[in-house]
Amino acid sequence: MTPVQLLGQWLASRLSGESAAWFDAGVARLRSGATDRDLFLLTSAVTRRLGMAPLGLQAADLEAAAASRAGWDPSDWTVDQAARVYLLLVSTPDGAETSRRLDRLCGAADIGELVAFHRGLPLYPDQPRHALRAAEGVRSNMRVVFEAVAHRNPYPSEQFAEQAWNQMVLKALFVGTRLDLVVGLDRRRNANLARMLCDYAHERWAASRPVSPELWRCVGPFAVGNVLDDFRRLLAGGDERERQAAALALLESPDAAGRRLIDGEPELAAAARDGRFTWDTLAESA
Amino acid sequence: MLFIDPHIHMSARTTDDYERMAAAGIVAVIEPAFWLGQPRTSVGTFVDYLSSLVGWERFRASQFGIRHYCTIGLNSKEANNEALAEQVMDILPLYLGKEGVVAVGEIGYDDQTEAEDKYYRAQLALARDLGMLVQVHTPHRDKKRGTTRSMDVALEMGMEPGRVIIDHNNEETVREVLDRGFWAAFTLYPQTKMGNERMVEIARRYGAHHIFIDSSADWGKSDPLAVPKTARLMLERGIPRADVEAICYRNALVAFGQGGRFKEEDWLEPQRRDERLLFEGNSVLRGQEPRVDELPVIPERDERLLIE
Repeated sequence: MTPVQLLGQWLASRLSGESAAWFDAGVARLRSGATDRDLFLLTSAVTRRLGMAPLGLQAADLEAAAASRAGWDPSDWTVDQAARVYLLLVSTPDGAETSRRLDRLCGAADIGELVAFHRGLPLYPDQPRHALRAAEGVRSNMRVVFEAVAHRNPYPSEQFAEQAWNQMVLKALFVGTRLDLVVGLDRRRNANLARMLCDYAHERWAASRPVSPELWRCVGPFAVGNVLDDFRRLLAGGDERERQAAALALLESPDAAGRRLIDGEPELAAAARDGRFTWDTLAESA
Repeated sequence: MLFIDPHIHMSARTTDDYERMAAAGIVAVIEPAFWLGQPRTSVGTFVDYLSSLVGWERFRASQFGIRHYCTIGLNSKEANNEALAEQVMDILPLYLGKEGVVAVGEIGYDDQTEAEDKYYRAQLALARDLGMLVQVHTPHRDKKRGTTRSMDVALEMGMEPGRVIIDHNNEETVREVLDRGFWAAFTLYPQTKMGNERMVEIARRYGAHHIFIDSSADWGKSDPLAVPKTARLMLERGIPRADVEAICYRNALVAFGQGGRFKEEDWLEPQRRDERLLFEGNSVLRGQEPRVDELPVIPERDERLLIE
């Protein structure tokens, strides 16, 4: 099944009565030649007509989602988000037209609409065409909009060039949101990002502000030479979560001195190797 | 006591104002689309302005624990640029369906020109056809006649009086507005509109039926705490508590609630509505019981030395 078919099926099984009739009529209108006005009026009325309940997808649904589109994770999508993305998708199969309509929709969107349309990024036709839209979402000052791109969304790791990707990761830390929900985080780690993150950590320390332990996840594979000083600091003076983060990062250090550093903390190193804590448990304990 | 300010232009206000408003008990605001102090020259700036009312400003308010709604329309002053007005009429349907939009407004007359009349009527027809409420701005000049005419034309275009809020009333206009079954809003705005001692006397004379107040605070010298301050003055001067509560909270809720997009549960039980807009995950009450027996607290401006 395609993502469009899945969305249609999930919505059909969750809507009934008046809301189902309204939605079906709207979809039929869009399929028979949608005007911009039809699409705008339908998408903006979705929350009032269909509500904002969670979709509540089961494990089998999520497997079907990932099979239809690699990396797609709609586990926390709501009915209104699914409906808005579905309406846009059925209104046109063309990438350029989708992009034009997205620009207009997002140009006049409320917060809920911005979240929905950015969550839909991995599903739009002609994927590379929407990179600017995704970057615009990352630029948003509204954290929920930023998270719609950055979290549970495979689009950035597939389409962002290194600079845009690095900015997104740095911004996630800057606005205080989780990194473990960023799809492709480990695969897209790079030396420039590690340097930016270390600089950021130093800046925070200089201002006596806390540093998220998740930051070090992207530094581990580049933990060589002077960078190891940061880990010495974490192991010596950090709290429990910071020490755990240092251990997990140092396990990936390509520097023999890094491995000696972690071997100096046998208990912590063993717990990290045994998976008694992981980057995910660290993120969840925040 | 909780308060609603059903007419305030928050885009022109500071975060300081939001903090003081929340501290004084304001839980919800309605921001009517109006002009920006000077006329806009292109439809693009209307698009950006209206988008900010349904987007950014709504989010900004939520950061202070205040729920933000708006009314969308072409204001009377800028209706006089007909070439632009036509283009603005075309974009209004983009916004009228959105969840935070509680009425068509603020529309009506300014100089009472032909162009103003044309677009006032066109927007009344739009509201009627979409089943929406209307918030009417009555003119500063020739107010009594302009208010009568605003109501005549609303009825002529098929609006029910109980679905139209007539704003910026004074001692001269209130009787007729109430007699004809419209809602009468009063704006407490220094110098040009109502003062709050006069408002106390209106409450004494007319009671609370179909009457509510707002600040219309904007980019001019105005007071975003006008509603709680006036509530306090009313209580101190012997207006019954139930009337004060109706005038400063309940009636605005009932009037704008008729459209189905302005609900008390949005701020009292937000978890049932939309968790995406919560202030730090809490309702505006932050887990406290509403204070029912005290006078509203009017926060002093505090000057803090340390900036963290």
